[in-house]
Amino acid sequence: MSLIVQKPGLYTTVQDRGRNGHRAAGLTGGGAMDDYALRVANLLVGNEEGEAGLELTLTGPVLRAEEDLLIAITGADMAPHIDGHELATWRPVFVPAGATIRFGAARLGCRAYVAVAGGIGTAAALGSRSTDARARLGGIDGRPLRAGDAVPCGMAAGAVAPSPWATAWLAALAKRSSAAVAEGEGRPHGWAAWYAPPQAYGGASEAGIELRVMPGSEHGQYSEAARAAFYSGRYRVQAASDRMGVRLDGSPPLERIARNELLSHGIVPGVIQVPDGGQPIILAADCQTTGGYPKLAHVAAVDMPLLAQAKPGDWITFRPIGLDEAHGLYLATERSIRALEWAIRCRLPRDAS
Amino acid sequence: MNWTISPLGDRALVAELSVEAAGDSWVQVGAAADWLRQANVPWIIDLIPAYTTLTIMYDPIHVWKLAAQRNGLTVYEMAVRTVQGLLESVGNRSEQTARWMDVPVCYGGEFGPDLEQSAERSGMRVEQFVQAHAAGAYTVALVGFVPGFPYLAGLPAQLAQPRRDNPRARVPAGSVAIGGGQTGIYPLDVPGGWQLIGRTPLRLFDADKTEPALLRAGDIVRFVPIDEERFLALEAEEAAARER
Repeated sequence: MSLIVQKPGLYTTVQDRGRNGHRAAGLTGGGAMDDYALRVANLLVGNEEGEAGLELTLTGPVLRAEEDLLIAITGADMAPHIDGHELATWRPVFVPAGATIRFGAARLGCRAYVAVAGGIGTAAALGSRSTDARARLGGIDGRPLRAGDAVPCGMAAGAVAPSPWATAWLAALAKRSSAAVAEGEGRPHGWAAWYAPPQAYGGASEAGIELRVMPGSEHGQYSEAARAAFYSGRYRVQAASDRMGVRLDGSPPLERIARNELLSHGIVPGVIQVPDGGQPIILAADCQTTGGYPKLAHVAAVDMPLLAQAKPGDWITFRPIGLDEAHGLYLATERSIRALEWAIRCRLPRDAS
Repeated sequence: MNWTISPLGDRALVAELSVEAAGDSWVQVGAAADWLRQANVPWIIDLIPAYTTLTIMYDPIHVWKLAAQRNGLTVYEMAVRTVQGLLESVGNRSEQTARWMDVPVCYGGEFGPDLEQSAERSGMRVEQFVQAHAAGAYTVALVGFVPGFPYLAGLPAQLAQPRRDNPRARVPAGSVAIGGGQTGIYPLDVPGGWQLIGRTPLRLFDADKTEPALLRAGDIVRFVPIDEERFLALEAEEAAARER
């Protein structure tokens, strides 16, 4: 049993937390662009945080559930509806068999995530279910979803059996939903009253998204003026951005003093490289493994989920921090996710009758 | 070996070989990558060997737990200290101890549509050109661009070719090509701008294998000329092996 794709949306892929250990073979790491949103979505349906979910981009899909499912939707706000009723997000949601989930265009943010209790049961390739469209690996035939695809999930077809926690919530929310329908409320009420705190995305606002960055390997090869312009200026996200990299535009172009070409070297998500045109590109989840452009700065890992939610036209600014501070922030986020996991696991459904 | 270590953001660091080691630096970088892989360090997430650098991705949370047991060490210091120690114990690798790989190639014809023009540009007869290409021993300097694509160093200078003005929309998998001063092999059907001089029936990338790329950085490659009949026979063997 599955989620049937009626409309695929702009670019919907199966993603988990990525495929490691094969970069020496030229394989990208991949994985959810907004790793935080995927992890929280999984925790909200009682999964391990690293199960595969769906990553939706800018405009979401239309999906039909073939059986009763417990899902959670996090990340960008794409106004999800079931049979005409808007769904609550960042919490467990009951989806009755036969229901159609419709996503619209992103109102805030760029990428939304759908996790299903029990995970998504597409075959893993080289240790991950993440879709790598370049190598045509993972997901469904290594490509984004198409109309007519069946995404395996639920009791029999998921990656694992839904946890007892998920099974209890599914039963309680199903009961709540049918009670509401019986009382003629029209609204299914098939979701938990509590929720995980949503992330704040400042993209469209004048202040923009602030990304904290560390100096890159070639930071010193840029003039004082270029560095000052980089930290004080505002950059606009270009339409040509994708899972490989987020392209930015701001003036003036950043000029490098040194002119020597660099030998190809390893690159990873977060690198801010500046090709000859002088406009920066921030490398993202599906970036190539090696590159040759100079690296001006590097986005702190803790802020990569914010970058994932930057959509074309959004504004980005940069603030310098040190490496130790970046590690401290990373650790703090990790702790808050562990705390959230405990808070969620401790929430058991009260009898809904 | 002299390595300089620097950060690449907060989840990776770069070990760079000192300039004196250049020349066969990729053999040493490949050896270091193999050594670190075998050391099975639980917080090393991935490795990217390339020319003079080895990029090491790490899990800051895991390293932090270790650093916490050693008073006063930061996450970065802890990671650097361990990597430094491991790199110091890498043995020197010579051409004798590296992994050798023979790659059969059918040169020219439909498999190498740019062979004749390439030979002409180099001022050689086609047979001379093929002989010169197959006579060399090449080192895999890095695997990248597309999964399994080996950049091979060691091309005789006379064989260097300009990249095509109009890249092909689809280069068939297995194509052996020259771009600038390097030669390489296309592992998948992808767009490409290098000059195609032949094709190998070997599969350079296979996601069903635990090590999906046939070649890794530091390997030494020799090209063995074969005729079309042999090419088709080897191709059939590869296909049959995949069926099993």
